[in-house]
Amino acid sequence: MSYLTLTGIQKQFGTTYAVHEFNLSAEKGEFVSFLGPSGCGKTTTLRMIAGFEQPTAGTISIGGTDITHRPPNRRNVGMVFQSYALFPNMTVADNIGFGLRVRKRPKDAIHKRVDELLGLINLPDKGGRYPYQLSGGQQQRVALARALAIEPDVLLLDEPLSALDAKIRVALRKEIRSIQRQFGITTVYVTHDQEEALSLSDRVVVMSEGRIEQIGPPPDIYNFPATPFVASFVGTLNLLAAQVIDGATARLNLEGQEIRGSKPGAATGDRVTVAIRPETVEVGEAGGSNRLTGTIEDVSFLGSIVRTRVRIGNEASLSFDQFNDPGLAAGVVGDSIALSFPPEATLVLAGEANAGDALEQAIAES
Amino acid sequence: MPFLIFTLAFLVIPTFYLASGSFQNLAVAPNDPAHGAFTLQNYSALSQPNLADSYFASIEISLVTAVVGGIFGFLLAYAVIMGGLPRFLRSALMTYSGVASNFAGVPLAFAFTFTVGASGILTPLLLAGGVHLNIYSKTALELAYLYFQFPLMVLIIAPAIDGLRKDWREASENMGASAFQYWRFVAFPILLPSLLGTVILLFGNAFGAQATAFALTGGSINIVTIQITRQIRGDALNDPGIGYALAMGMVAIMAVTIGAYALLQRRAERWQR
Repeated sequence: MSYLTLTGIQKQFGTTYAVHEFNLSAEKGEFVSFLGPSGCGKTTTLRMIAGFEQPTAGTISIGGTDITHRPPNRRNVGMVFQSYALFPNMTVADNIGFGLRVRKRPKDAIHKRVDELLGLINLPDKGGRYPYQLSGGQQQRVALARALAIEPDVLLLDEPLSALDAKIRVALRKEIRSIQRQFGITTVYVTHDQEEALSLSDRVVVMSEGRIEQIGPPPDIYNFPATPFVASFVGTLNLLAAQVIDGATARLNLEGQEIRGSKPGAATGDRVTVAIRPETVEVGEAGGSNRLTGTIEDVSFLGSIVRTRVRIGNEASLSFDQFNDPGLAAGVVGDSIALSFPPEATLVLAGEANAGDALEQAIAES
Repeated sequence: MPFLIFTLAFLVIPTFYLASGSFQNLAVAPNDPAHGAFTLQNYSALSQPNLADSYFASIEISLVTAVVGGIFGFLLAYAVIMGGLPRFLRSALMTYSGVASNFAGVPLAFAFTFTVGASGILTPLLLAGGVHLNIYSKTALELAYLYFQFPLMVLIIAPAIDGLRKDWREASENMGASAFQYWRFVAFPILLPSLLGTVILLFGNAFGAQATAFALTGGSINIVTIQITRQIRGDALNDPGIGYALAMGMVAIMAVTIGAYALLQRRAERWQR
């Protein structure tokens, strides 16, 4: 049964829609991420759940109670801010106990809860320190403990790891997920980092320009993007322009070579966009029944993988990845090469020109 | 080196000059052999009721104008920065405060006299409303001082209010705190060092003021700076030694005040780097 429900949420600033027709039902204990680029409305939506912004239209309910017009201090929603927002004049222990103190809980109970949470975030001996005496990662842990101290109905995290360096980010996101599971708390996590969203979430809500592009479990979002935007934003993708030879059998003409799409649907003769993940392509014929030949244009060493770009015909280029191992014979620029990939990994997206540009850009930048 | 020269020229040498003068007998004529002789008489003279009263009056006026100006200035700055008022009001208030905080001394006294003095343009209105303001009184002087005290507060406290982060308030609300609890536990303690510092500055500003009081009351009000003027430049009361001792008394009071402030601020700032 749905626990956190957003129905028809809209937020308008002047004539601009920051959030448009947002609908979401999250189960109790579910971890949902809002993923999208800056300005897509994800933080605005989160702030509406917290009560810092009022929706122009729509309702928000938690556990069946409508909280749309309830002030933020009466929602029992815990929030972790991007900038930590720890109170600088209070010690770590006072910060964590703040919510209980303003609720006038007995001192002993506050002390006990604070100790419990300090242990949970692995900072048992840091209660007497001030925020400036902690590292960024430690401060964010304290912010998480502070949000959990009040035993919130819903936990909101607004890009909590974006100010931290890569290693701490990875370690801390595991901790966040583990704590969230331990408490079984319904969580909404805002991020523009696809890896974070995919690795943490039960479901991901991909947003663009104030609208939901797709909602689904991480594998669905990655493997079956519903729109060109999701395809371009999540993961890296090759984009190739093609023409439908036969819509019923999903046969496509790509630079004079015939391949098959993942499913029929496009009309015969349509110009479409073919999206292929680099990791689904293999050298030779072992990758699947779709075959393409071309000329190696570039070979990039990326650490754990080697990415090779191949020119297909006159216009298209396709990149593919190979795991790096000492025995790998990387291609040589200028050599001819045969590639294969399965039809089910060949996504056919409607529209050609604009979406294609975005996808090419995405792969070029990756 | 430039700092050393500056400190010597404007702090050390004048203070030394004051201190040495305060221990000299300067009440007699320069050709008298006793002129310049060491004495403690100047300091014992400070216990005379008239001189002791001048200190109390100066401290009272400084304290009242620092506290009232501080509260009023803080509320004004808070209203334009965080009160959701139109942006242009903030620029207007800051510009006004910049000018008004320097509008002291003779111009302020004259403006005050022309406005609410015996023949001031607002005096008939005040009288009609049953308000009779004696501009030679302590209250009138305090009112006049407030005209430069609160704008100074606005100027100095505005950046501190700006420094209150929006997400502290939001985090506090999110934890269930009311607006009052936010101010009590978060915003006020964070602002306290700045508030203390600014109020001390206002106190010193009023404590050392002379021109406004002199021009407004013609020297009839008994405050320390007027007493120093009388002792050093007066016709009837002329004893520069006492004037220097009075000035040293002011230095001592300011030193105690700043010392107390430093202690309080160290306590209030213990959470800062």
